[in-house]
Amino acid sequence: MTVAQPPAAPTGFPVGNAPCVVRANRAVNDRYRHLVLEAPPPLCRATPGQFFHLLCPPFVDNEPYLRRPMSVYRVAPEEQAIEFLYNVVGAGTRSLARLVAGDTMSVMGPLGTGFTIEPAYRHILMVARGVGLATMAPVVPWACRRGIRVTAILSARSPQDLMEREFAQREDIRVHPVFDQDGTSAVGRVEALLRGILDADRPDAMFTCGSNRLMTLLQRLGTEYGVYGEIALEQQMACGLGVCLCCVRPIRVGGEIEHQRVCCEGPVFDLQQVAGTWRHG
Amino acid sequence: MVDLSVRVGALTLKNPVMPASGCFSHEFGQVFDLGRLGALVTKSVTPKLRKGNPIPRVAEVSQGMLNSIGIPSKGIDHYVRETVPLFAAHSSPLVASVSADTVAEFAQATAALSVPGVAVIEANISCPNLEADGHAFAMLPDTTYAAVSAIKRATPLPVWAKLTPNTGDIKAIALAAERAGADALVVANTILGMTIDVNSFRPTLGNVMGGLSGPAIKPIALRLVFQCAEVVSIPIIGCGGIARGEDVVEFMLAGATAVQVGTASFVHADAMIRILEELQAFCEARGIGRVADLVHRARVEHEPIEW
Ligand SMILES: Cc1cc2nc3c(=O)[nH]c(=O)nc-3n(C[C@H](O)[C@H](O)[C@H](O)COP(=O)(O)OP(=O)(O)OC[C@H]3O[C@@H](n4cnc5c(N)ncnc54)[C@H](O)[C@@H]3O)c2cc1C
Ligand SMILES: Cc1cc2nc3c(=O)[nH]c(=O)nc-3n(C[C@H](O)[C@H](O)[C@H](O)COP(=O)(O)O)c2cc1C
Ligand code: FES
Repeated sequence: MTVAQPPAAPTGFPVGNAPCVVRANRAVNDRYRHLVLEAPPPLCRATPGQFFHLLCPPFVDNEPYLRRPMSVYRVAPEEQAIEFLYNVVGAGTRSLARLVAGDTMSVMGPLGTGFTIEPAYRHILMVARGVGLATMAPVVPWACRRGIRVTAILSARSPQDLMEREFAQREDIRVHPVFDQDGTSAVGRVEALLRGILDADRPDAMFTCGSNRLMTLLQRLGTEYGVYGEIALEQQMACGLGVCLCCVRPIRVGGEIEHQRVCCEGPVFDLQQVAGTWRHG
Repeated sequence: MVDLSVRVGALTLKNPVMPASGCFSHEFGQVFDLGRLGALVTKSVTPKLRKGNPIPRVAEVSQGMLNSIGIPSKGIDHYVRETVPLFAAHSSPLVASVSADTVAEFAQATAALSVPGVAVIEANISCPNLEADGHAFAMLPDTTYAAVSAIKRATPLPVWAKLTPNTGDIKAIALAAERAGADALVVANTILGMTIDVNSFRPTLGNVMGGLSGPAIKPIALRLVFQCAEVVSIPIIGCGGIARGEDVVEFMLAGATAVQVGTASFVHADAMIRILEELQAFCEARGIGRVADLVHRARVEHEPIEW
């Protein structure tokens, strides 16, 4: 079962494509920024794990052409807001970083298939690395509101990069931070931490995103402990709608490997079905 | 009211704007009404099952993109069974794009695709010909002729031949396709290109090289249409970099009867609808009653000195 599909937009078209006004765009720390957009109701129907396709406005010295996919970090229909957490890595995100309150940008979405969070779950485990926590953060309030306990391992380069508060959003969850700086994020150390959690307080499901190493580790432990898992993948995109077949990843389906679209069948996949690791750029 | 209809051979289209193969599928129905398009052109299908190329399959360039999707295909039967019915409810004619490795396979696949629900066969002869060192059929006049004539014999439906801009002699290719019986030409496919990541020293695309598309190629595509229109009398469908209503006007003035829009739909999913509305507004503002009156009306006052 998947998370309930949002109802069709009033226009009759399930995917919205609308100009949105920037309400705020601030640095969270040295690496990450937080963008808040005022969005019409059809766009505010995103569920955790879905994404929007952002048309990053051109500047004279910087002209991104295609849209950039960005996971929804927070949706607040009552405030008509959709929010993003992003890392500035190239032309598209550089142009996002230049937006100021009052600017307008074109946003398409919500897109893709998000996380499956069964209301019957009692405890979930989340393992997030870097900006991947933006993708997973909306699961936290969703789960807490339904009385599901959340344990999270957050991995970052250093304490300054962690964004623990952005992840927890004032919900009462249990966070285990690990860092590259002090070696606690090494695979062996994270494995020991995970085994501790799986032995003491077995979760009903595990969710992850953003790291090859963590994926391989969780696939192994998921099989060993018999815990269902899901992962949000990233892949370069063009259309974002399932049309161009740019964004495929190898997925194991009934003993065969097939190419599935990250923008459509994903970005969230069954952890055990993801075949192989990958490199970006 | 502007009359937007155009005739492509025996087929009348309600307007000249349609998608380019590989840049359209039923998923766009989530964003706009597909019935507004002049025709519906699907991604090329091949008789052989294919997985397509390695990732990354897309790289951005200034005003465009490179793609190395290849042609992932679930085969002709799958297309006839699963894809054709998706478009049955729409009034716009369905154009099935076909690709194959050999002339014989092209003919077989075309026959198998000629089913109720399919109105036109678009022959993507810009793909590698395995019988000729992997050079695309449309690189040379004789392989163009061989492929198009076999495809024509295999179907009662109109055949549109899609040419490649990578050939050195587009006029000879266009004439060969016309002689072989093509009902129209689609001009053109993507231009072969590549990019290299200067940080990793690696080619950006998983497949090293890929096809360039988007506004970056528009002047080249426009020139190809103009050159084809000088020599053939069958209709030409312009394709390459079209993103605005005025681009359609330009292609029609150069000799195109209709146009296809590809990459622009990745930037704005409803680009074709906007383009159509801008085309209509242009005609209204200029007092042009029939859009078809634009075809081949560029005012060329001097013959170009050949290049
Ligand atoms: C479903 C999805 C959700 C995402 N959510 C977030 C998010 O919440 N926050 C965030 O900071 N980033 C997120 N990303 C990644 C983000 O889309 C890329 O960082 C962005 O597109 C880079 O654009 P750019 O022009 O700044 O950099 P570019 O110059 O285009 O690229 C910089 C580097 O990033 C790689 N890259 C480009 N596009 C992608 C992509 N789509 N996926 C993975 N790598 C890419 C390039 O290969 C290159 O190595 C997400 C990606 C996907 C697919
Ligand atoms: C992602 C992508 C996939 C494509 N796939 C096909 C295809 O399967 N068959 C084909 O004939 N052309 C294919 N093309 C080429 C387009 O149909 C079109 O000829 C080209 O992109 C130029 O038009 P544009 O600049 O409007 O995109 C593809 C183009 C892109 C960008
Ligand atoms: S980005 Fe086009 S199919 Fe996924």
